[in-house]
Amino acid sequence: MNAVRVMLVGDAQADRVVPPTGFTAWLTLFSAGAMAFLAVFALALSLATGRLADRWGNELARTATVRISAPEGQMAAQTAAALRVLETTTGVALARALSDAEQAALLEPWFGPGLPLDQLPIPRLIEVIETGAGFDPQGLRLRLAAEVPGAVLDDHTRWREPLARAAGRLRLLGLVALGLIAAATAAMITLAAQAALAANAQVISVLRLVGAQDGYIARAFVRRFAARGLAGAAIGTVLGCLAILALPAAQVEGGFLTGLGFQGWHWLWPAVIPPLAGLVAFGATLTAARRTLEEMP
Amino acid sequence: MIELESVAYSYGGGELLGDVSLSLAPGSFHFLTGPSGSGKTTLLKLCYGALVPSAGTVRLFAQDRRAMTRDDVAMARRRIGVVHQDCQFLDHLSVSDNIALPLSVSGRDLLAEEPNLRELVGWVGLKDRAQARPPELSGGERQRAALARAVIMSPDVVLADEPTGNVDWEMSQRLLRLLIELNRMGKTILIATHDLALIRAAKAHVQARVLRIASRRLQFAGADL
Repeated sequence: MNAVRVMLVGDAQADRVVPPTGFTAWLTLFSAGAMAFLAVFALALSLATGRLADRWGNELARTATVRISAPEGQMAAQTAAALRVLETTTGVALARALSDAEQAALLEPWFGPGLPLDQLPIPRLIEVIETGAGFDPQGLRLRLAAEVPGAVLDDHTRWREPLARAAGRLRLLGLVALGLIAAATAAMITLAAQAALAANAQVISVLRLVGAQDGYIARAFVRRFAARGLAGAAIGTVLGCLAILALPAAQVEGGFLTGLGFQGWHWLWPAVIPPLAGLVAFGATLTAARRTLEEMP
Repeated sequence: MIELESVAYSYGGGELLGDVSLSLAPGSFHFLTGPSGSGKTTLLKLCYGALVPSAGTVRLFAQDRRAMTRDDVAMARRRIGVVHQDCQFLDHLSVSDNIALPLSVSGRDLLAEEPNLRELVGWVGLKDRAQARPPELSGGERQRAALARAVIMSPDVVLADEPTGNVDWEMSQRLLRLLIELNRMGKTILIATHDLALIRAAKAHVQARVLRIASRRLQFAGADL
C-alpha cells in the first residue's frame, strides 16, 4: 500500500536520482502523443461504425415492402387485398401504399423528373412498418401468396444482414486498432525505458552501492516514464479531438465519412486515453525495470 | 559481522581468490594489502555482498550471502559503508545530495537529517563545496565526500578500497585520521591499500591487523610490516 502511495505521490529526492535523459524523454513523449492521436481516430471509427450498425439495423429491421405486380386492371384490387391482409397481420403497425408521387420520387434518381408512371408497368409498393415485436415473414408470405397472387414481400433481411455484418466488422476493426495502438505504445515505451536503464547502469550501480532496493530504483524510472506517457497522451488526445472537430459536419449527403466523430456523451471517451496510456507506460516500464534489474549484477 | 569461511571466487574460468577465511569483528581495524590485481577489490566486493563466492560461505550479519535476495543485500549495505577508489558519484547531483543519497534510498526524512548532514559535511571539510558537482572536486575532496557518504547511515562496518590512491600524503593522512576517528566510535574498518607508509602511520595510532593477499590466498602479515 505504501509502495502504491509512494508511486502516486512521488518522492522528490528519488525522482532526482535519475539524470535527465533528453532523447528517451522526447521519444516517450512523442510515441505516447502519436499513439494517442491515432487512438482518438480508432475510437471515433469504432463509435461511428457502432452508431451506423445500430441505425442500419434499426431502420431496416422496422420496415418491409410489399411489391404488387399485376395487370393494369387488377392493380387496385390486389393492392387493396394486400392492405387488408397486412392490416390483419400481427406485428404490422402500419401499412400504406405509396402514392404515384412517392413512387416517382423513388425512381427520379434513375429516370429523372416527370416520369409518366401511368404509362409504364411499374409495380405498386406498399410500405410496412413493424411493431417492436415484428411479424412472421414466412407466415405473411404464405397468406399473401394465397390471397394476392401478384404480391411479393421484401422484409429487407438480405440487405440488412450484410450491412449489419459489415458495420460490426468495422467496429471490431476499430477495437482491434485500439488494442494494437496500446500494444505498440507499450512496446515503444518498453524500448525507451530499457534504453534509459541501460544508459543509467552507472546510476543503478551507485544506488545499489548505497543500499537502494530494487523497488526504489524501479520507482525512480517508472514514475518518470508513466508521467511522460500521460503527458504525451494528453497532448495527442487534445490534438486528435481538435482534428476530429475540424472534420466536415455530419450530413445526410455526406454519409458515413462525415459521420466519423463523437456525438453527445461519446466526447467523454477520449478522456480515457491519457490515463490509459499512463497505465500502459507504467506497466511497460515496471516490467522493463524489473527485467533489467534482474539482469544487472 | 562479516565472515568469510573457506571462500573461493572464480571468474572466466580462472580462480581469483581461494580458501580465504576472514572475520571482521565489531570495532576491529584491518588493512588489506597486496600487489595490484592480487584480488583486494574482489575480496572487498565479497565482503559487501556485491559478489557471490564460487565456493565457501560469506555471512553478512549472520546471513548466508547465497540465501540473500538482492533486497536483503541492499538492507545489509545500509550497515556497510563503502568507499571506492573511483568514488562513484551521481554527477548530476550536488556533493551534499550525493552524501545524503543513502538516507534517501532508505526512506529517511531528509529534513530531519539536515543538521546531521551539515555536521558530517563539515567533519570531512567540505562545507564550502557542499553545493558543487562531484566533477568539480579535487581527488582528495572526492575521497572525503565518498567517506562522508559511506558513514552517513552510521554503518557498523566501513570498507575502503584504496581511499588514498589519488591523493597526496597530507590528504591521505587526513583521510586516515577520519577513519581512525570512526574506529574509535566503534566502527569496524577494513582498508584495502598498497600504501605501506599509510599502514605504518596508522599503526602508531590504532591497533590494526594487516592482511596480505599473495598467490590468491589471504595471509596475516602479523604485527610487523
